[in-house]
This record gives sequence, C-alpha cells and structure tokens, in this order.
Amino acid sequence: MNVKLLVEEFSAWYGKNQAVKDVTLPVPLHQVTAIIGPSGCGKSTLIRCLNRLHELLPGTRTKGRVMLDGQDIYSDNMDLAELRHRIGMVFQKPNPFSTMSIFNNVAAGVRVNGLRPGTKMEDIVEKSLRMAALWDEVKDRLHESPYNLSGGQQQRLCIARALAVEPEVLLMDEPCSALDPASTLKVEELIADLKSRYTILMVTHNMQQAARVADYTAFFLNGQMIEYGLTTEIFTNPKDKRTEDYISGRFG
Amino acid sequence: MRKKSYKAWLEGDIAFRGFTYLAALSLVGVVLAILWVLVEKSQLTFTKFGPGFALGSRWDPVHGVFGALPLVYGTVVSSLIALAIALPLSLGIAIYLTQLAPHWLRGPVSFLVELLAAIPSVVYGLWGVFVLVPWVRSSVEPVLGSALGFLPLFRGAPYGFGMLAAGIILAIMITPTISAVSREVLLAVPRSQQEAMLALGATRWETIRMVVLPYGRSGILGAAILGLGRALGETMAVTMVIGNRPQISPSLFELAQTIASIIANEFSEAFNDLHLSALVAAGFILFVITLLLHVMARLLVWRVARVPQGVTRE
Ligand SMILES: Nc1ncnc2c1ncn2[C@@H]1O[C@H](COP(=O)(O)OP(=O)(O)OP(=O)(O)O)[C@@H](O)[C@H]1O
Ligand SMILES: [Mg+2]
Repeated sequence: MNVKLLVEEFSAWYGKNQAVKDVTLPVPLHQVTAIIGPSGCGKSTLIRCLNRLHELLPGTRTKGRVMLDGQDIYSDNMDLAELRHRIGMVFQKPNPFSTMSIFNNVAAGVRVNGLRPGTKMEDIVEKSLRMAALWDEVKDRLHESPYNLSGGQQQRLCIARALAVEPEVLLMDEPCSALDPASTLKVEELIADLKSRYTILMVTHNMQQAARVADYTAFFLNGQMIEYGLTTEIFTNPKDKRTEDYISGRFG
Repeated sequence: MRKKSYKAWLEGDIAFRGFTYLAALSLVGVVLAILWVLVEKSQLTFTKFGPGFALGSRWDPVHGVFGALPLVYGTVVSSLIALAIALPLSLGIAIYLTQLAPHWLRGPVSFLVELLAAIPSVVYGLWGVFVLVPWVRSSVEPVLGSALGFLPLFRGAPYGFGMLAAGIILAIMITPTISAVSREVLLAVPRSQQEAMLALGATRWETIRMVVLPYGRSGILGAAILGLGRALGETMAVTMVIGNRPQISPSLFELAQTIASIIANEFSEAFNDLHLSALVAAGFILFVITLLLHVMARLLVWRVARVPQGVTRE
C-alpha cells in the first residue's frame, strides 16, 4: 500500500475539549478513504487539521504528525498556501464566494495559484464544472451570482472550485449532505472517476455511500479511531463490537 | 398561556402605535423646524444676492459683500483631504484588528481606537495648534513642497496653519469612526468565506483582497460616508488650525475657511443683520451639502449592495 498521507498519533483540541484523540490513519494514494462515525466524534475536526485550517480558530491546539509524501505538514518550514494548494477541501456546509460570479468562484483558486502556461481559464472552469456535474445547469448564467443556486448546486460549485486547482489530495466533508439522490449519484460517480488521479479522504454519514465508493473505511467514536480497514472488511466483518453496532444502526 | 381579551390587545396596540407615530412625527417636526429657521433667517441674504450667494467668491463683512464659494470650497476640500488620509489608514487598522493582530491585542486596541472618538474636538484643536501646526510648518510642507512642488497643490510659503493642517486634523478625528465601523463590517465577514479562500491555497493577503474586502465593501462605503459627514460639520478643531481666511487658492498650504468654522467665528460678533443672515445662509448651504451627501451615499450603498451578500448565512 502506497501511503499518500499519514496521520500519526494525532490529537486536536478546542480549548480544553479534546476532539481528536491520538489518531493514526493512513490515506492510501489514488484510493478513496471514508471516515464514518456519529455526529460530534471529531471527523470534521480531523479533516480540518489536514490542511491546517483548525489552528486558525483561537484557542485551538494540535499534537502529532501528518506526513504528506513523507514530509510533516506541521513542520515549521511548511508553506501553508502551497500545502492548501496540494490538499484541497470541500466543506460540510456549501460556502461559495457570495461576492463573486459563478465563473469567478471556480476561477478564484486558479488565479491565486497561477494559471499554468498554455491553459485557458475558460477551459478550466468548464472542465471543472463538468466534472462536478453542474455545467449544464449553469452554463447560461456563469456571470451571475451563486446566490440563486440551490443548496445542492452550491455544493457542486464548491466541488468544482476545489477541482479547478488540481490538488493532489481532496478532503471532502460530507460533500453530499445537501444533495438530492440524483446529484449524490453524480458526485459518487465523480469520486470514482477522480480516484485514478487524486487521493480522496471523505467524511460521510451515509453508510451505503461509504460502502459504494470507499476502498478503505475508518470508524470514529468520541474522537478516537476505533477501527480501520478495507471497506469490505469493515462492513462485512467488523472486529470491534462498537463498529458492528454502529454500522448495523444500533446507535449513532 | 392566558389569552388576552381582544379589546385589551386592541387598546395596547393603538396606544403603542400612536406613540411610535408621534415619535416619528416629532423627528420630521425637528427637521422642518430647522429648515424653517434656516430659510427664514437667511432671507435677507438671499433676497440681496439671490442664489448667486452660493457662487460669490468674496466674503467681506466690512463692505457688506457676501459670497459663500470660498467657504464651500474650504469645507469640501478639507473634508476630502481628511477622507483621502483617513480611509486607507482606517482600513489598515480594521484589517489589522480583525485579521492580523494577535487575539489578546485585539480587544485593547479596539477599545483605544474607540476612545479616540470620544476626545472632545477642542482638545484635538489644542493639540493641533501646539503639535500639528508646528510639525506641518517645519516638516510636512517643506518636504511636500520640494518633492511635489511642481503641482500647484503644494506650492507656497509653509505657514503651518491652513487647509492642509485642517485636513490632517480632520483625518485624525474621523479615523476612529471609520475604523471602528469598518472593523464591525469586517468582523461580520463569515469565517466560512475566508476559510474557503484559504483552503484554495490563498495567502492571508489574497484572502483579504479577494474575499474580506469585497464582502464588506458596502459597509466600508457607509463608514467612509459617515466619516465624511463628520468632517464636513466639524467646527472647533478646524477653526483653530485652518487660519480662518475665506479664500480660494489652489495651494493646500494656504489659509482657508469652512462654513462651520466661520459661523462659530463670526456669529457672536456679526456687524449687522445682513452679516448674520449671510452666516445662516452659509449654514443652509452646509445643510444642503450634507443632505446631498447622504442621498448619494444611499444610492451608492444601494447600488453596491444590490449584489446579494450572504449565500451562506452564519
Ligand atoms: N468551533 C468549535 N469550538 C469548540 N468546539 C468545537 C468546535 N467545532 C467542533 N467542536 C467540538 O468538537 C467535537 C468534534 O466536532 P466535529 O465537528 O469534528 O464533529 P463531526 O464528527 O464532524 O460531527 P458532524 O458529523 O455532526 O459533522 C464536538 O464535541 C464539537 O462540539
Ligand atoms: Mg462534521
């Protein structure tokens, strides 16, 4: 197993409240890894530590290592802008830039990271919107505000925005929680497509979704990682009683 | 829950409604009363000089000739100088306080900024006379004169007193207002919007430029107008440093005069009824200027805010 991102003995706090407890989790290259677990178990917190957004909140603290291609992203000489270019993120709540047009939402990341020579912004925007299964719905109003998009469309816009900068790793925090079944299916297909080029770590509340799209699954409870393994193993043959209870819907 | 009788509800409602109507009406009443005084007491001037009073360029109480243009010029130019200095400064302060300063420092410094707004303007005036004016005379004007002296704006003898000093002191006085309001505006920018930009690999500065400032633009515009309004009407501190000579000169080093300051200066020792009414007429013009400013501000804010802000509500 070729590990792209390795979370090692990692803990995170909000003030005195420890939300992530000594987690060690490998994220294999060109695979989809899912994190499942009940609400409040620290999934979003962990994922926000992987592009170092967590530390922006006052009073927060982290401990441990996160190795990206063998380099600790928490080392002092890490360039945060570069790190966040390499590790993209789709947030739990859709958050398109409300002062920008749909087009500029997708273009924003490319603008700050620089357009690669020989590429055209129009092409990147179209390609990204197509990948996020949104192109047909917005192609006639690219220069309007995202304000009038539905929640699901806004989330797909955020996915397009993240894809436009071509990150190596894509963190997705419940990307489908605001989507209808049809768009959920499209996003799942997208994730399956993206796998060959990107490494994906997604949080999901939907266990069928984890079973459908993830190669590996980690189960979290109260900030701890209870179990990690091949998705098929976790769902058919969980080793821990608590995992079994959770996936069979007995709590959470 | 106990159900109130329909009658009691109706009575309370009517009483409350009546009270709010009254309150709103009294406001309209005050505005009308002010307007009436301004119109009534300035009649002498407007019948003598006509609307040309506003455009006359000579203000000469001794010979009974009154034109308000130098005062309008002094008022507008000193306020614009103030805004030109205060707006960038205030934005810098607001950005620092909301984005860059260490968290423990934000509270105390914000408090300090607000405290500056509470200093009485006569105190600013004293400081202006004893500190600002000598400094402008010995440093600012000579430096500007030698560096930018090819512009008519920066030509002439360095008096210290004058338009530039007035502009600077107004800038200092409106900076707390503009930065306090801008700070509130920037604080209201949702964290999720900023995080979205950072997560794309943007630097702090890129995030401020592309997300924070655009999101706050209508509020910042409002803050600027508020500051400008304050500068236009400021009296005491300006009187003490502007030199009080009603004249129109292209040079910012020259003495000048504003409407508010000439009223304060000459009202108690007006020569005659005409002089008195000319001062009120000047006040009327100031009233109109501020009114226009606020109408313009409304239109501008409305235009900028038409692009909805708040796809994500937090
Ligand atoms: N901004 C914050 N300040 C303080 N505590 C927080 C903050 N955000 C989250 N927490 C706490 O951290 C813990 C983990 O929260 P987190 O958001 O990571 O959970 P989650 O697994 O993503 O839940 P969900 O499935 O509901 O999104 C919770 O106990 C929560 O109360
Ligand atoms: Mg979450």
